[in-house]
Amino acid sequence: MPPKIAPFALFLAFSELALSGFGGVLPFAYRTLVERRRWLTPEDFAKLLAFSQVMPGPTICNLSVMFGYRASGIAGSAAALGGMIALPVAIVLGLGVAWHEFGTLPPVRRALTGMSAVVAGLILATATKMSRAVPRRALPISLSVAAFVSVGLMRLPLLAVIAFVAPIGILLAWREEW
Amino acid sequence: MVTSDSGESPSWSIVAPLFVHFALLSLTAIGGGVVMVAPEMQRYVVDSHHWITAEQFSAAFALAQAAPGPNFLYITLIGWEVAGWAGAAAATLAALGPPAALSVAMVHASTSRAPGRLARAVGKGLVPISVGLVFSTGWILLRGSGSWDRRAAMLALVAAAITLRTKINPVWLILAGAVVGAAGFV
Repeated sequence: MPPKIAPFALFLAFSELALSGFGGVLPFAYRTLVERRRWLTPEDFAKLLAFSQVMPGPTICNLSVMFGYRASGIAGSAAALGGMIALPVAIVLGLGVAWHEFGTLPPVRRALTGMSAVVAGLILATATKMSRAVPRRALPISLSVAAFVSVGLMRLPLLAVIAFVAPIGILLAWREEW
Repeated sequence: MVTSDSGESPSWSIVAPLFVHFALLSLTAIGGGVVMVAPEMQRYVVDSHHWITAEQFSAAFALAQAAPGPNFLYITLIGWEVAGWAGAAAATLAALGPPAALSVAMVHASTSRAPGRLARAVGKGLVPISVGLVFSTGWILLRGSGSWDRRAAMLALVAAAITLRTKINPVWLILAGAVVGAAGFV
């Protein structure tokens, strides 16, 4: 259980950890909340993370909302979430504006092509790491392949695909019939 | 950037459906983060509506990954590309609002217990699908406008291999990609 924490203190703590988080905020969330400020025990953090991951939406934002709510009610959840996104949103939009300003210059354009290629590679690496959690059985693997073929290759609408394959996955996991 | 004919205010006929669609997508993003809905977002704003180009989409995605903070902020930048400041606000609120409301409801329901059997089944059961979708995101970013660029594909594979074999912070790889690109390799 987190102690009572003032919304402003939450805002500052979450701003700090969001800005430290180049290439992933989660490790910094652990460092700040558990190791430095000791607001959570490692077990509490793990539970909070488990909940954030089964909820839809951005995991780190769900974690901020839940932690903030427990520390200081609605004001606390708004403060934690606000801290998590306020400055990063400003930075991302600043990059967008700069890109519109200079994006037509050939070196900038080529730099962005290089960045896009690397980011595609990073995402593929993330997918590879995630795939280690897929049971090595025919059914779960075919769900992965079906999702890739229908959404990635055939460009079918995601919501239709999810409506079709998600119930199969959830039912199999519920009955543990992987 | 798409604006209304007058050029002074964003078109609500774009911002409203953008908000609704992104909010729905955010609610389906379970188990893979919001990175897994990027292919659908691209299909919606590029292929179906032609609001922005595939190149703009990839660039916005790459810029957002290079910035600090949560990695779902590519959605903010895509909203901005599509419909200016109102688009950025609509896309960000759509991505955050519904999950945040659900999270608050969740804390009310159970504060210290572990997730129940159904929640675990949902979490576990969607993992294979999320994996397929995150692969799709990598794939569409690589395909970009639809033409194969062998050198870009090579750069992506090298970046993926380094990420899988070392603990290097990805931001250095993104910077290296910018340098390699500016030097004219891709």
